[in-house]
Amino acid sequence: MLALFVLIPLISVLLLNLFRLDFIKKVASWYGMLLALVQICLVLFVPIDLFKPGVFSTYFAFNFTIDSLSILMLLTIGIVVFTAIIVGQFTYTDETKNFNFLNLILLTLAAMNGLVMVSDIFSLYVYIEIIAVASFVLISTYKDKIGLESVFKYIVLSITATSFILLSIVIFLLISGNTSFESISNAIKNPENSSFVTVAVALFTCGTFTKGGLVPFHGWLPDAHSSAPSSVSILLSGIVIKVTGIYPLIRIMCLAGESGNSVRKVLMFIGALSIVVGALASLGQNDIKRMLAFSSVSQMGYIVLSLGTGTALGLAGAAFHMFNHAIFKSQLFANAAAVERQTGTRDMDKLGGLASKMPVTGGTSIIAMLSISGIPPLSGFWSKLLIIIALWQSTNYAYAFIAVIASVITLAYFLSMQRKVFFGQVAQGLENVKEAKLGLITPAVILAILTIFIGLFFPLILNKLIFPIEYILK
Amino acid sequence: MNFISILLILLVLLMLFTLMVVISSRLLFAAISLAATSILVTILMFMLDSPLAAVFELSICAGLITVVIMTTINFVKPLTQKDLLKTRKRRFKKYVGLPIVLAIIGLLASITIKPIALKLPKIIQETNVLNVLWDFRQTDLLGQSILLLIGVFGILVLFREGQNK
Repeated sequence: MLALFVLIPLISVLLLNLFRLDFIKKVASWYGMLLALVQICLVLFVPIDLFKPGVFSTYFAFNFTIDSLSILMLLTIGIVVFTAIIVGQFTYTDETKNFNFLNLILLTLAAMNGLVMVSDIFSLYVYIEIIAVASFVLISTYKDKIGLESVFKYIVLSITATSFILLSIVIFLLISGNTSFESISNAIKNPENSSFVTVAVALFTCGTFTKGGLVPFHGWLPDAHSSAPSSVSILLSGIVIKVTGIYPLIRIMCLAGESGNSVRKVLMFIGALSIVVGALASLGQNDIKRMLAFSSVSQMGYIVLSLGTGTALGLAGAAFHMFNHAIFKSQLFANAAAVERQTGTRDMDKLGGLASKMPVTGGTSIIAMLSISGIPPLSGFWSKLLIIIALWQSTNYAYAFIAVIASVITLAYFLSMQRKVFFGQVAQGLENVKEAKLGLITPAVILAILTIFIGLFFPLILNKLIFPIEYILK
Repeated sequence: MNFISILLILLVLLMLFTLMVVISSRLLFAAISLAATSILVTILMFMLDSPLAAVFELSICAGLITVVIMTTINFVKPLTQKDLLKTRKRRFKKYVGLPIVLAIIGLLASITIKPIALKLPKIIQETNVLNVLWDFRQTDLLGQSILLLIGVFGILVLFREGQNK
């Protein structure tokens, strides 16, 4: 059953390309959206116990397993991929380009689903690499100088990151005799291996920092996210950095247990540094997408800072913020795509007064902005509150203070963006701008509703999706 | 010549060819150096009793390098003699220190890192390719097939689309 999360998108790509008919190219996006929707529904409404080994296990030995963290990740993947496919229809005007994008996004979906379900650290590495290769192609689809340059930077940093991860896997293999999570967990419990474990965890963490775009390994992220097509930016900022950076980090830190305590201190420092550097860098940007990319660096910092506490509440805060960030950041990138499409620019200095011309885009953007800044009762407020409480309870008062102050900076740069883009007088040359097409504003509206819903009914989300994750610490 | 000396010579050659991949001013020469790197890695793996890894390196890289060389020949636009000299000078200045840094790191590593006697796990001792792939690494095989398709679409998107422009 679990393998179907990987096999269905994979087989779909093969079937869609069997004939490459015009009719198939036309409906392919709808099919992709349907697949993402089915994934969301399956994860939300099918009890976890039903995801048992099925008919495939008789013939195949895929080592996929599922737990509460995987469930949350599968849900997040479904939501972001759904949004990216809708926006993709408006990003690529050429039908063939859109079809190729859809194929790549379905393959990325298969790889991301596989990554969050594997129970073996080497398989984890394999799927991280697959997603990286897909990202390289997706970012460079425009084939312009900035895009190719950013991809080159991403490739170099990505190779460095995976070298660290591979080296750490070698150490784990040598101490545990196997690469399965279970064997590694058992080997970590042996006190004789503690120094090896610390080195291996530190190396693995360095790799995931690069993949997650954390300071000082974030050099590739602003360039890649801003130069990529809008739908790809949604995918990268919304889910790829989380699946390849944060998810493996959570897994390894939970496996490391007490042995990871020294690394946790580094996690907290890097987290706080990313929060501050990302927020300050966002303040100075003129390009909307570049600002959003730096904002992602800052928000990833919150997640890592929370994870660094090593407590159950810290883990819950990290997971909840990761989920919320995927939703409101996808929405903000969808808004940016709508603005770019209607005005032809992303330069905030050339924009202004769009709220009257694009009321839905402006309205939904305000909701996402308030949520990411941690304003109650929206979703971002509750996840940031969890993070701050976790920091306070673990007596990390200074870090808690930094998290609060950085939230104010977040509000400042997003207010600045709103003022420049949506408020004030309509900028010269934009008098005839109209609201984006229904298809392009639909994902923003859905995600805005979701942000409000999660904020209002946060106990439901916490109890069903977030708090069950805490058990992986045990 | 003993085993260690051969290994060392191969490692030095490997280092030189990998450097050529990065610093060569001719794309085709870089692609050929990449092929040489792959062959050297294969020989090293055979010598270090890892025939399985060697076969994989040779089979995958042979395919990959053919694609790289073909693409290079397709897209390469030769530099003028003047540009070539300029690029060579610039690259030489940029990378001249690299072999020295690598040599110092290697020397330090050989002094500080002592060999650790470790019992190799069962999976590594298994030499039957089919057993390894089918019994132990099916999930990775699934991943490889995804990667293969991504490669196909990568070529379509990057090289086929807009080729007539």
